[in-house]
Order: sequence, then structure tokens, then C-alpha cells
Amino acid sequence: MKDATREQPGAWLPKFVRRLDPAISTAFACIIVLLILGSLYSASFLSPEYLLQQLKVASFLGVISTGMMMVILLGQIDLSIPWSVAVGGMMACAAAAFGPVGETLAIPFGVACGMVIGFANGIGVAYLRIPSMIITLATNAVAQGLMVVYTGGFSPQDSATITMRYLATGFLIPGVPNAVLIWAIVGAVATFVLTRTTFGRSVYGIGNQERAAYLSGINTRRIVLIAFVSCGALSAFGGTLLAGYASKAAQSMGDSYLLPSIAAVVLGGTSILGGRGSYLGTIAGVILITLLQSILSVMQMPEAGRQITYGLVIIVMLLLYGRGPANR
Amino acid sequence: MSEWRFWLNEQRGMLMAVGIFFVMFAIYVSNHPAGLTANVVQTASNKGVLLAFVAMAQTLVVITAGIDLSVGMIFILTNALASWLVIGSPLETGFGVAAVLATGLACGALNGLIVIYGRLQPIVATIATGAVFFGIALLLRPFPGGSVNEDLADMMTGKIFGVVPSSLVALVAVILVVWVPFSRSVIGRAAYATGSSEIAAYMSSLPIRRAKFTAYLLSGLLAATGGLFLTFFTYTGEAALASGNAYTLFSIASVVLGGVSLFGGRGTAIGAVFGALAFRTIGDLLFVFDLDPLWQPLFQGVVLLVAVSLSAFGLFRVRNRLEWFG
Amino acid sequence: MITSATSAAAPLFQMDGVSKHYGGVRALENAALTVEPGRIHSILGENGAGKSTLIKIMAGVVAPDDGRMLMDGREVTFRSPAEASAAGITCVFQELSLIPDLSVADNICIARPPRRFGLIDRQAQRAIAEEALARAGANDIHPRMLVKNLPLSRRQLVEIAKALAWKPRILILDEATSALTAADVANVFSVLMRLRSEGLALLYISHRMHEIAELSDECTVFRNGHNVMSFAAGTRSNGEIVEMMIGREYSNAFPPKPERAAGTATPALTCRKLGWLDRLRDISFTLGKGEVLGLGGLDGQGQRELLLALFGVLRGTTGSVLVDGKAVTLTSPAAAISEQIGIALIPEDRKTEGLMLPMTVQENLSFSALDQVSRGGVINRKDEARLIDEMIQLLSIKTAGLDLPVAALSGGNQQKVVIAKWLMRKPKIILLNDPTRGIDVATKHEIYLLLRRLADSGTAILFYSTDYDELIGCCNRVLVLYDGSVARELKGSAMTERALIASALNVEDGHAGTPA
Repeated sequence: MKDATREQPGAWLPKFVRRLDPAISTAFACIIVLLILGSLYSASFLSPEYLLQQLKVASFLGVISTGMMMVILLGQIDLSIPWSVAVGGMMACAAAAFGPVGETLAIPFGVACGMVIGFANGIGVAYLRIPSMIITLATNAVAQGLMVVYTGGFSPQDSATITMRYLATGFLIPGVPNAVLIWAIVGAVATFVLTRTTFGRSVYGIGNQERAAYLSGINTRRIVLIAFVSCGALSAFGGTLLAGYASKAAQSMGDSYLLPSIAAVVLGGTSILGGRGSYLGTIAGVILITLLQSILSVMQMPEAGRQITYGLVIIVMLLLYGRGPANR
Repeated sequence: MSEWRFWLNEQRGMLMAVGIFFVMFAIYVSNHPAGLTANVVQTASNKGVLLAFVAMAQTLVVITAGIDLSVGMIFILTNALASWLVIGSPLETGFGVAAVLATGLACGALNGLIVIYGRLQPIVATIATGAVFFGIALLLRPFPGGSVNEDLADMMTGKIFGVVPSSLVALVAVILVVWVPFSRSVIGRAAYATGSSEIAAYMSSLPIRRAKFTAYLLSGLLAATGGLFLTFFTYTGEAALASGNAYTLFSIASVVLGGVSLFGGRGTAIGAVFGALAFRTIGDLLFVFDLDPLWQPLFQGVVLLVAVSLSAFGLFRVRNRLEWFG
Repeated sequence: MITSATSAAAPLFQMDGVSKHYGGVRALENAALTVEPGRIHSILGENGAGKSTLIKIMAGVVAPDDGRMLMDGREVTFRSPAEASAAGITCVFQELSLIPDLSVADNICIARPPRRFGLIDRQAQRAIAEEALARAGANDIHPRMLVKNLPLSRRQLVEIAKALAWKPRILILDEATSALTAADVANVFSVLMRLRSEGLALLYISHRMHEIAELSDECTVFRNGHNVMSFAAGTRSNGEIVEMMIGREYSNAFPPKPERAAGTATPALTCRKLGWLDRLRDISFTLGKGEVLGLGGLDGQGQRELLLALFGVLRGTTGSVLVDGKAVTLTSPAAAISEQIGIALIPEDRKTEGLMLPMTVQENLSFSALDQVSRGGVINRKDEARLIDEMIQLLSIKTAGLDLPVAALSGGNQQKVVIAKWLMRKPKIILLNDPTRGIDVATKHEIYLLLRRLADSGTAILFYSTDYDELIGCCNRVLVLYDGSVARELKGSAMTERALIASALNVEDGHAGTPA
């Protein structure tokens, strides 16, 4: 049964869908199933307002997952997402407290702080060859420590700038929330970079076979460093958007983005071992995760039940199509 | 080379952790207002033992070249469970303890099944199971509370003969009952072999899957032992997300400090135990020097960062750049 | 082949009618083999002739589809290597099967450790290990040493000791000497001969003709999954054996090389006293434009290291390297492939070093030439396609589509992709690391033609090969390496198989080439 699903994913689907990566089509199929389930529960689930709202919420995860995807494509992982996001939001808000100059530089400053974390990760992984899982846990702890010292252990009092709020909640094009627009731009750039540039090719090459990439004359260390810096920058940017959305930053604002961002990327068909995956899949993964969260909250499930369902759904979906190769 | 040199070479990682621990502990005690008293040792032991159990749990999995990012959550889950079950008559309490440990085994078994038979990457799989474990803990204890058999708790956290902290005795007992037989068994060696080179272990027809599964299973058991002791110390259960995450993180730090290779195949749980004790003592140094406790997370983060970066020094000895890529 | 089946005269081991298919590919077809105690039996055959499948079946790694195996006249089946070992058949794999982080004693006893109270008895284990090491002629290896701290040649001895700890009746050695230095080979040979005198049956697989001649009592040649012929050692000439292996008249398949006086070409690459750790010692040579310079010698004498050093992979090299007469610093492959230097390395293992197997043919082809088909980091797809088309034509690579994973191609075509990938950069100097290993004869021939064409158009080629015929057929000169230094330089008519082997073993041959 399980094997059948993997070999013949949705043979009933139209041809152009079938040509997609089976993982991506499965993810989109799951999105449709979730929408149907949701509409059975509440009629308003399929209303345009609600769907647009979901897309807006998904944008924050989408931006953060973009960075995560770069790193996962390399065969690495970034566990410093929680505090990269929080540092981005908190530092942008902190800069905003410094008059008009601070207001203008708020977002760049927040993003720059995230880049510093990403830089530390990249140096550790690319140049010191520390396993990414470990070094990113460590930088996450250091970033947390710095923020605790900075805020004195309380929630920071600074609030987001008007620009941050506008970017997160405003409408430049009527009917399209700015957050969605930003995700669209970030996604378009990421797709271009991954498919059309030497950097993107190198990322896939390193993820598939780092040794061969190195022997092909690729400066593998620089590519890895850049990918981690981009991941830090995108996480922090996601943090500034979240701070704009909530009008202020909070200590734990990034905690709920680690597992979702990894899950979104992996559920979208990107191999956790690196080298394989497309941005379209990540889009599907992000929407899937967001809808799942939304349904759980619409059903007014308590936090405990949400955590359990969430973990189980991810495990089950990964078991369906995210498995490693059988080695014998 | 003479025999003791071999021994020294084999135990280098552990001895380093032992050294760091004793130096740190000496600094700690000499600056402590009360000095070296049985009470100071008891307090230090009670705090250190918790992390030591979780670090041992992590070691078992790391030896097979895996990682368990759910140990902290198993620790929290079993704490929440113990605050319901480990109460009442001695018989009931006994059943409670058994149930808590069995839960730990079940959690470990779930991780093992998913990673080994489901062929999922340990990082993603254990983050996801960690969410499940935390959810169950939250179900059990939406708010901090519950209670524990206080006689048992006091016995396990007190002193034997007024000198030796009983938590330390319990730790040694667990090492003797769980770790020593494991490390000397055929299955334990297969676990080391699998972590060192899975392909070579396969060529030597070792029971790879059974070895990995045993490691995850015992890891769950040890994390549950930690959760049990947490309940003994606090008398309550609490589903604290931050605490679970911190223990997972610190367990990795302890393992690294204790000379266990994160690439698998090398290191001992005893090393990791000393790594845990050393890590705790380093964190507590801030208190005896009267520094603001706000600095503690940063300090611990920096210690972790330095510890993991130390392992990179071997890199400078690499003369063939292809070795960078394993 | 089948001898009488009466149990009194039953041979130690006998198989007949054994077949094995992998998917649609026939690896072994109706194969038969008889092994007698106290004899060294060599198995010969080309790559893909079925030797490794034969061994795997005997050692219990894979199960045959058909046929039967008898030991002492009784039928046996093995479901795992452990079962085969318990029955008395043990295989010495290459260093692959040792656990690097465990001690020598742990490794020797890994499959059946002695136990006391259910736990491993380290004292007993140590005694077993010491005995096995002594039998393998490796008394100098301490049982407590970690395997990863042992040099490659010692590890091979530990492998043999590990196999001997099973107390086998048949010992299979699969390319067991490929990683050894000449001195170690001699050591291993004396061990093997002693084991033979103790009544062990040895099954010896090697590509080295002279080893087989020196060691074996009888030989069996395999071709296309079937045993073609068995004969007593020394009763057939090398030419006859080669004919049996390839199944046709042995003919010289190499393109003619232009006669040139060595040293007259403009130097493209000059090495002066190149050294690295203790693996390369004072290597000096000049490679001229349009010259094919061979690197010979036994495997593992520093040939790979020399190529890696010239490609900027090794750290801490001493001496100097000149390209076009100018001293260059080679700190990374990225530096080595730059326009000014223009070196390319066709690596040894195409699966891990040459290609990204899951990526498409197109992506693989353009991977090392991305800077030439892009501007500002953005790939120009037209330029890319044009360059790729050119290469596909030039090497006549057969592929069902450029957007298929390169893993879907045949081995020969994969190797062509690796070569094409580097030709896209139009390098001035090409380093080749055993490029024809595991490749079919037709593709080999195409590669020889290509090399000759490249050389004729002025490219300088440094060609390492484990195949002596190839060196003789393709190269203008051959440097024979021994223990990290150039032992001999051979050129012209002095390049004979006999001279190459003698130089490789670093022994005098009377009429070999000029000592270097």
C-alpha cells in the first residue's frame, strides 16, 4: 500500500501534475484534503478572506523556510532559527528607539544581526567543519544569552517601526497583503538563484557530492558560508516582519518556527540529505504546515493536542515519502 | 608502547573531562562562602546528576552516530508523569517508578523504530517526536503541580551517613547497571562499530539494527531516570518547554566536553557524565563570583561554542584537503 | 570439471552449475570450481567476468540463483558471511571491513568475541588476537592499537588475521595486495605460503599477473560469468592467458604515437623536488606540450598523491611547480583550474569525485565550466547548451536525454561525461587518475584515441594507470614510482611490461631503462 503510493503518486491526476516530483504533488494533494476537511468543519474555511489571511500567516514561515531550504539543500541544517528570528525582531525594534535614523535603519540592522549569526554558523560549518547541527545549536544558545542580557530577562519594551508594520500588515496592491507580496518576491529571487545562477548550481552540487564539487574547482567553503549567511539574514528578516505584525518583538517569537520551517522544506520534497528539491515544493510545504496549524486552532484544540498532532502528522508524512534509501 | 599508555590514549577524552571538572569544582568550592561542606557537595551533586543522566542518554545514541534531540522532552514528559504516579504506599510508588521508566523505554523505542525501520534522519525524526512527547507532557501537566512520595524523594536527594549524597550513589549505580554491561556486551560493541563505520560493521555482519535500537531504547530509559530524579528534587511536575530544550542542548554540550565523538564510534558515558558535571559547575561558577544570573545563559552558550570549536583543531593537522569531506 | 562424487575422494570444496543474475544482467552463468586443500588457486578474469560474484557467493554475501555447493561432498548453503565462516570459508576483504575506532583485538574477534558471564572477555580476546596476528606474520602490531592509527598495509594484515581467527579451511583473498608496498607484498606472500603448507586452501584473486605466477599452484580463468579453463600454474604463457580472458586474439588496440625525441617539446609543467609528508619524496620531472607522460609502479606508491598535489588538494607540499616556466602556487582546485594555470584532474572514483550521480547529464557536464558560460553569476543557457553539444559530439556520449540523471548512464558513458566535463575548460594540462578502471573495452579504446588527439593538439597529459599495457601503448615516457619517489624513467623501446614490473618492484632487470 505504502509502496504503491510512492511509485504511483496520484495516477488519477492530470498529466502536468504527474510530472511533478511525487513529493510535491503529494504535498499539494494534502493541501486540498486539508481544505476539504476544514470546509466540512466550518463553511468560512473556503472564503477568500480566510484563505488570504492564511496566505499572509504563511508568508512569515515562507520567508524563514527559504533560508532553511538553502541550508538543507547543502545537506546541512540550521537549528539557530529560533533566536535568529528573535534577534532580528528584537534588534530591529531596538534600533527603532534611536530616533529617525534608527527608524530608517531598523530593518537593515535587524537583518544584519541575523547575518552575523549566519556568518558564525557558516564559519563553523565551512571552515572549521563542525557538524552544522551542533554549531547552530551553540550559536543559538549564544544569541539567546546575548538577548537575555540585553533585555534583562523581561520582554523588550521597544515597539516596531511604521515601516515594519506596513510591510507586515499593509497593502501596497489592494487585496494583496504586503507580507504575501514580500514572500512572492523572496520566492522569485530564491527560485532564480537556485535554478539559473552558478551559486544555485553549486549549492545542489555540494549537497549531492561535496567532494566532487570541490574537485570541480568550486570554492565550496565560500558557497556554504554564503548559504548560512543568507539563512541568518532571511530568518532575521522574518523576525522583523513578525515584530511588525505583532507591533513588538518577544523573547520566544522564534521558538515556534524551527520545526515548521524544517518540516515545510522536507515535506515539500527537499531531501534532508541535501542536493535535491525545488522551491515549488517548499511553497507547498509552507502552505501545508500553515493550514494544518490553522485547522488545529480552528478546532480549538488545546496546545498539548496541537503539539502531538503536529509531531505525528510530520512523522507520518515523512514516513510516506521522506525516507532515506534502503541500504540493502 | 606500554599498556598504561594505551589505556591513557583510550581514555583521553574522559580524563580531560575529569580534569576540567575537578579544577572547576575546586575553584567553585574555594570561592563558595560555605567552603567544602557536605551540604555544598549535596546541592552540587543534585543539580549535576540530572544533567548527567540526560547526557548519558545522549551518549548512547551519539555513539551510533545518531543524535537524539528529544531527550530533553522525554526528561520533561517523565517528570510530568512521575508527579502523578510516584505517590502513595511503597507498593504504589514502586509501580509508579516502574511505569515512569517503562514510559522512557517506550519513548526510546519509538525514536528507534522511526529512525531505524522508518529510515528517517535522526535530527528531523527526534525533533518531531520531541514535539509529541512535549504535547503529552502538557496534557499531563497543563499547569505545574502534582506531588511525589516525599519519603522516597528525600531519601534519593539526601545524604547517606550524613556525608555521601545519595543522588551521586544512584548515578554510580545506574552506570554500573546500565552502562558497564552495555559497553562490554556484544551489542554494545556493535553499537560502537556501527557508529565508527556502518559499512564495515555490515561487512563484518554485525547486528546493526539491533545495536542502534538498543541504544535508543536505553537512551529513553536513562532520560526517564533523569525525569524521575527531577521530580524527586522539585516535588512537582511541570511541562516546561524551555527546560526541555535546555536539557537537550546541555546534553550535547556535556557529550562533547566528555570526549564523545559526535561522528560516532568513540567515547564513553562516563566521560559524558563528567562532562555534564563539569558543565554544571562552570555554570554555577557565576554564582560564587556574585555575577548577575542574567549572564548565565550567555556564559553557558559561550562554553558550548568553545567546546564544539575545540574539536576543530584536528583540522589543522589535515594535510589532504579531501579529508575535509569525510 | 566435475570430479567423482564419492565421499572418500570428495574435494574440500566444489561448486557446479552456479548462476547469479542481477536484474537482467548475468553475473555468473553455470560456473564450476573445485578447491583442494594445501593449494593456492588463482582466479583470473577481466572486470565483470564474474570473479567478485563468485567470491560473494562462496563467502555467503549473496545467494546463488541456481546450482549447488559442496563441502567434503556434502551440500551447503550460506545465508550470511557468518554462516560461511562458521562452515570454514572466510574472505579477506579489502580494508573496508575493519572498524576504525576499535582496537585491533576487537576487530579480530568482532564476529565471535569470547564471552564470560555474557560480556566480552577481553583477556581471552587478546590471546586470540595475538595468536591470529602471529599466524598472519604481524607480531609487531599491538592488539590494543586502534585500527585507524595503523597504516594501510598493516590494516591489510589485520584483515588477514581477522579471517584467520575463524580458523578457516578455505581463505579467499580478493585483491588483498592492492594497497600494499612491495615489502609488504613479499611479507604477505610468505605468510600465504606458510598457510598453504599448513594445509589451508587459498583462493587468490589478483590482477597482477606476476603475483599469480609467483604464488599459485593452479589457475582458473573466468570470462562472461563462466569458468573458461583451469590449468596448472606455469603451463600457459601470459599471452595465452590474456587471450582466454578476453576471448579473442590479443591485439594491440592503441593508436600510433608519433615518434618524438623526448625533451625537445616545450615544457608545460615542471616539478622540482616535490615532497609531501613521507608519501612523496623529491619528485622532479618535466612534462612537455603534446606529451603523454605515464605514471607507473605498484598501486599506492604515491601516484595519486602526486596528481592531487599538482591539483592543489594537498597541504604542506615542498618543492616547486612551474607551469609554462612560471612558478605557481597551488592552494586549491579552484586555483589550479584558473585560466592562467589551466590544469584539470580526471579523478579516480567517478562516483564520489567526478560526478554528482543524481544530477542531470547537463548539470554535470557544465559543472566545472560554469564560470565560462555565465556572466555575473547568471548562467547563460544558450552558451551552456552550445558547449555541451560540442562535447557530446566530440566524445560521442550516448544518452537518452540531457535532463536525465547521470546515474542512468552506463559506466563507460559516465566516464566520458567526467572527461568531457573537464575538456569543456580546454585545459592545457590534464592529469588522469586511472581513468579506464572498470570500463568496457570499446570505451577504453575511444579514450585512448581521444588522449592521442588531445596530445597531438598540444595538450600535456600526465597519465596514471594501473594497467601496464595501457602505459606502454599510450605514453611517450613512463615514470615508475616506488615508495614516493621516481624509481626509474622508461621511454621508447625500453617500455616493456618486464621493465615496468621490475622497476615497480624496484629490482634490477638488467636491460631496463635509465635509473632516475
